Formats: sequence, C-alpha cells, structure tokens
Amino acid sequence: MNSISVRAAADNIPSTREKLSIRGLSFFYGESKALNGIDLKLHERQVSALIGPSGCGKSTLLRVLNRIYALYPNQRAEGEVWLDGENILRPEQDLNFLRARIGMVFQKPTPFPMSIYENIAFGVRLYEKLSRAEMDERVERALTRAALWEEAKDRLETSALGLSGGQQQRLCIARTIAVKPEVILLDEPTSALDPISTAKVEDLIDELKRDFTIVIVTHNMQQAARVADRTAFLYLGNLIEEGLTSMMFNNPKDRRTLDYITGRFG
Amino acid sequence: MMSRYSRRLIRNKVWLGLSVGAAAFGLLWLVLILSTLLWNGLAGLNLRVFTEMTPPPGGTGGLLNPIVGSLIMTMLAVAIGTPIGILAGTYMAEYGRYDRITFVIRFINDILLSAPSIIVGLFIYEILVVPMGHFSGFAGALALAVIVIPVVVRTTEDMLLLVPNQMREAASALGAPQWFVISRVAYRAAQAGIVTGVLLAVARISGETAPLLFTALNNQFWSVNLNAPMPSLPVVIFQFALSPYEDWQRLAWTGALIITTAVLSLSVLSRALAAKGVER
Repeated sequence: MNSISVRAAADNIPSTREKLSIRGLSFFYGESKALNGIDLKLHERQVSALIGPSGCGKSTLLRVLNRIYALYPNQRAEGEVWLDGENILRPEQDLNFLRARIGMVFQKPTPFPMSIYENIAFGVRLYEKLSRAEMDERVERALTRAALWEEAKDRLETSALGLSGGQQQRLCIARTIAVKPEVILLDEPTSALDPISTAKVEDLIDELKRDFTIVIVTHNMQQAARVADRTAFLYLGNLIEEGLTSMMFNNPKDRRTLDYITGRFG
Repeated sequence: MMSRYSRRLIRNKVWLGLSVGAAAFGLLWLVLILSTLLWNGLAGLNLRVFTEMTPPPGGTGGLLNPIVGSLIMTMLAVAIGTPIGILAGTYMAEYGRYDRITFVIRFINDILLSAPSIIVGLFIYEILVVPMGHFSGFAGALALAVIVIPVVVRTTEDMLLLVPNQMREAASALGAPQWFVISRVAYRAAQAGIVTGVLLAVARISGETAPLLFTALNNQFWSVNLNAPMPSLPVVIFQFALSPYEDWQRLAWTGALIITTAVLSLSVLSRALAAKGVER
C-alpha cells in the first residue's frame, strides 16, 4: 500500500535516479585518443544535452552509450558505463540486446528502403512476436507519438523514401520508440532539418521524456537551452562542466564554458 | 591577348572535331555489324529455326537443340555461380570489409574477371573432362559458372559498398544482429545493382564459345543429358560459320542474331533496373 503511493508520487517529481553512469571513460580511434577520462551521470526521464565545438567528442561519447562504435574494428573504449547496475562495456555484453534497450536516432534521416509500416515493424519483430492487429496498433501508437500519424496514415504501405526530410526523421524516432527502449540517444537530430521540422522534433523530445531517458548531442546552444534539463560541455575530449541547463547557461563555473556559450569560439 | 583567345577557340574546334569524328567512326562499325547481322540473320529466320534440330549439310533443319542446350547450361551456370558470387561478395563488403584476406580475394577475383575464357575451358577440361573420360554438358555449365562467379562477386561487393554505413548503423541501433542487417536492409538497398550484376553475367556467358569447345563439345542431335556432350549456340555458330555449306552458314547468321537479341534485351533490362535503383 505504502509503496504504491510512494511510486505514484515519484511519477510527478522529476526523477533524479541515475540511469547511466559513465566512469573514467576514454575512447580511441586507432591510436588517437578522442575522449579523456569522462565521468558523467545521466538521470532517468530527463533530457541531457552534450554540447561543445566540432571534434570535442560529444558524438563519440554518445556512440559509446549503445556501443555502436563496436561495428568498426579500430575503435575502442576504456573505462566503465553502468546502465541500471551493469557495466555495458564489459566484453560479454550482448550488443544487440543492449541496442534494443538503448535506441539511437542519427543526424541524417535513415529510413530503410521499405514501406513506412515495415520501417517501424522492422525493429519490433526482432524481439517480439505480435499478431497483425497488435502490430498495426503498435505502428499507429509509435507514429502518433512521433507526431507523424496524421501525415502517414493513408500511405503506410508506400515507400518511406517518399517522405520529406523532416517526416523521415520523425519516422526514425517512431521506429526507435516502437521498440520500447529505456534510453534514446539523439545525434544532432535536427541539423539536417528546416526550422519548422526542428520545432516539431523539439516538441516531441519534450513529450518523450515522460517515458524515456534522453541524451541529445547538439551543435545548437539554443536547442540545448530549450530542450535539456541538464547540459554537459565537452572540449577537446574532456568533460569541462556539467549541471542543470539553467546553471550552465546563466552561471557557468568554467571560463571555457562561458566562452563557448557566448559564442567566443566554436 | 586576343590572339591567345582565338587560338584557344581554334584548338577547341579541332578537339571537338576529332572527338566527334572518333565517335562517328566507332558508331559506324557498330551500325555496320548490326545491320549485316540483321540482313543475314533475318534471311534465315523462320519457325523451323526454333522447332527442328541442326541439319546435316544440304538438309533442312533449325537450331532447337543448341538453343535448348545453351539455355540449360546458362541456367545451370547461373544457378551454381550466383549464390557463390553473392555470398563471397557479401563476405567482402560486410563481414570481412576490414580484413586483409578481402584485399587478397579482390585482387585474385579481378585477375579471374579478366582471364581469357579459353583458360577457364582448359582448366575444366583438365579437372573434369579428363577424369570423367568424356565431354559433358555439366562440364560446360561448370566452365560458364567459373566465368559467372567473378562478375557477380565484383558487382555484389561494389553495390553493397555503395549502401551508406549509416543505414547499417541505424538497423544495428535497433538491436538487429548483423546477418539481419545484411539480409533485410543492405540487400534490399543494393537489390537492383546485384540483380543487374547477375544479368550482366548471363549476358557475358551466353556468347562464350571458348570455354565450351572442350568441355561441352557439341551435339548434332537432341540431348538434354548433362552427362553427355551438349550442343550450344556459340559452338554451333563457330562450326557452321567455318563450314563450306551455304545453308549451314545461313543458320550460323541466324544463331548469331538470336544471341545478340537475347544479350541486347538483357542489357536493356539491367540498365532499366540500374536506373530504378538510382531513383530509389
């Protein structure tokens, strides 16, 4: 009885539970070191933004979190990344299962060369066996949440490549949430989109954080200020500063953070 | 300054003239070859060509047995060569993209791609015809398959390499295992190109004579037995065209027309598919 009321109460308060904990993380492309002993905690059901100038390692850090870098033989991570009490960098971690739990949306929209419906069913079928009706419902729910249902409902069987860039990106988000991950990684998700599509995706991010832990890499500081609860600033492979977004933008502790957010470099 | 400019204009005209001349000269021969082929081939084209066996000199007959023999050997060669070629190309582009062995395979494959086809015939003769003690349709099909493999390997690898890595990352990021990423996403993206490669391989082998000369040999009679010598259009053309008999020579022209038409349609089909692939 008691535990239920506590849980219900917790749903309304922004959670501060750690979802991902990065400890002493270094990353290498061949011989060159791209990340230098990063320590960072990412909180459940919050939006965390990673900002910094080009080449600072923010995308690299994101690509460690679902170990997508492991597709390439000369890339290597050292250190620990804990997801709900298990170190996902340990060698025996099952990568496919990890990636089903930690979804990712890329900079450029990447629809698969198949129908809109199949694009979403693709990931769901990997881990669940659903009836046609259940799958229909799942596809509709995912598209609705990604604010694409109204535009796509009459053309579900047509090729996803016929959608506009902004629609394709929302399809990629729908595809990711259809798998019901716990964490969603967004790698500059709006940098290829026009301002209207960008606004739609940002609204979507706001909506999605009720259920998902979100990590977003962005070049655009206004975007970080708009969508993120917490922001981390990376520079030359080091984590310079991390904190509540309002603190980071109004009262940064480090000189380099101030210089970056005021546009003095980057 | 003006003279430099007018010199450049003149030089441009000279080069333009030379290129147009060369293109016209090349095309002229192509047109001559095709029109000769049409003229001589159409003269002998009638229903008997497709319904009767090759005739003895002076008799009436058609090309049914070599047409069927060519179809059988070509299809068998494609059935053997395509899966091997696609799987090898897939290994090179997907699983072993960064491996040293892939560079070695690609190098050897390129040699095989440009190897004179008569060498392939000799090779099959040595390893299959000699031990079996006789020529056979199977040996012919195998020789053609050896020619199919490098073509399909090359196009499959090239087409898969054209699939953007982001597509693979996106599929992997949903938790798809690698074989699933390849079979459901990469193949689908490269589909048109891979099919084009197979069609080009068919076009390539349907005119090959050298690898069949001492593997399938030839057969004047109806034979669909793969364990016996099998007739084929290119070998019949070779034999009939060299003969002194006028009716045989006419059949050779007609056979050449049939092969050319078939290869041309395959090329057009593969072009259309490739264009569709680009569009997607």
